[in-house]
Amino acid sequence: MKIVKVLGSGCKNCVTTAKLIEEKAAALGVAVQVEKVTDIAAIMGYGVMSTPGVVVDEKVVHAGGIPKPEAIAKWLAA
Amino acid sequence: MFEVFTLLADWAAYRLLGLTPATKLADAVHFFVEDTSKIFVLLAVIVFVMGLFRTLLSPEKVRGYIEGRSRGVGYGLAAVLGAVTPFCSCSSVPLFIGFLEGGIPVGVTMVFLITSPLVNEVAVVILASIMGWKLTAIYVATGMGIGIVGGVLIDRLRMERYVEDYVWKIRMGAVVRTETDTSLSGRIRYAWGEVTDIVGRIWLYVIVGIAIGAALHGYVPQELFTEYASADNPFAVPVAVLMGLPLYSNATGVIPVAEALLAKAVPIGTVIAFMMSVVAISPPEFIMLRKVLKLQMLAFFGGFLTIAFVLVGYLLNILFT
Repeated sequence: MKIVKVLGSGCKNCVTTAKLIEEKAAALGVAVQVEKVTDIAAIMGYGVMSTPGVVVDEKVVHAGGIPKPEAIAKWLAA
Repeated sequence: MFEVFTLLADWAAYRLLGLTPATKLADAVHFFVEDTSKIFVLLAVIVFVMGLFRTLLSPEKVRGYIEGRSRGVGYGLAAVLGAVTPFCSCSSVPLFIGFLEGGIPVGVTMVFLITSPLVNEVAVVILASIMGWKLTAIYVATGMGIGIVGGVLIDRLRMERYVEDYVWKIRMGAVVRTETDTSLSGRIRYAWGEVTDIVGRIWLYVIVGIAIGAALHGYVPQELFTEYASADNPFAVPVAVLMGLPLYSNATGVIPVAEALLAKAVPIGTVIAFMMSVVAISPPEFIMLRKVLKLQMLAFFGGFLTIAFVLVGYLLNILFT
């Protein structure tokens, strides 16, 4: 099971990002656990300055803006 | 080049709807159609073109460019990069902390945060297409100037005291370069994504702005403005700024309102002061910045911008009337 963390202050883009990832995972049949990280110290700890950021299994794969569906599919497949 | 939008508006108002030219409704409809078509086409084109080059500019890159520069260079660079680097205002807090972590002075960081919403490439092109290059140049110079003065003052007054203590304790991980597709097709896909993302985020502000502009244009008599908002009335500028404080709009959305005000012979300084007040100061932004700034600095920030906008309004009114 992949652990996906969405880093962000809880703004609309972050919520959308988390939802997109959950939907994509369901469509691809990949088991994921999507968590939202809103603590600013934790977000900065990942070296992310532009939110939303995405962390897959503790590796930062994305920062800034809503990710593209193809990109999400790639992270989930990896 | 932009006549096509006027022709489209002529056609929609007079042919399609059969309105009689120079009536209130026809004026308002004409304004709405012309501005909606022009602004959205320009918006999509500019965002797309900038999107193609976007890999050059991100807050992370900007931090790298400014890091380790002298303060003097830092202020100017932060103002210019603030104008061309887009970031969602919800990133203000991590961006602020990230810049400080990189050793960038608080004042330089604030220059970036002030200039970024005030001046951006989309607003610049649309402003120029509607109000001409001269007014646009004044707007850009004023916006960057205010950002730089604000930043310099913040450093001079040693306002870093008023940054929340926990901010200094945060240890930031190494900034990761996420993988980006830099092939042409990758860039095009990215740029298109930017268009849908940005248009999706600001279209409502733009439509509301155009609707207000159209209503002002068609229905509010010019005498009302000449009576209350002329350069002779010393209260016009501060009132315009105070009215703009609680309002929030994206820079693009406020342009049609400014256009209508200018057409009603409201002086340019008053209009620019109002625009800047709407764009730069908003309650949500302050609530967000409260997370990293103590009240003293937030009060200074709001007070400085308010006073600066009023002064700029007076100055431009004197210079251009």
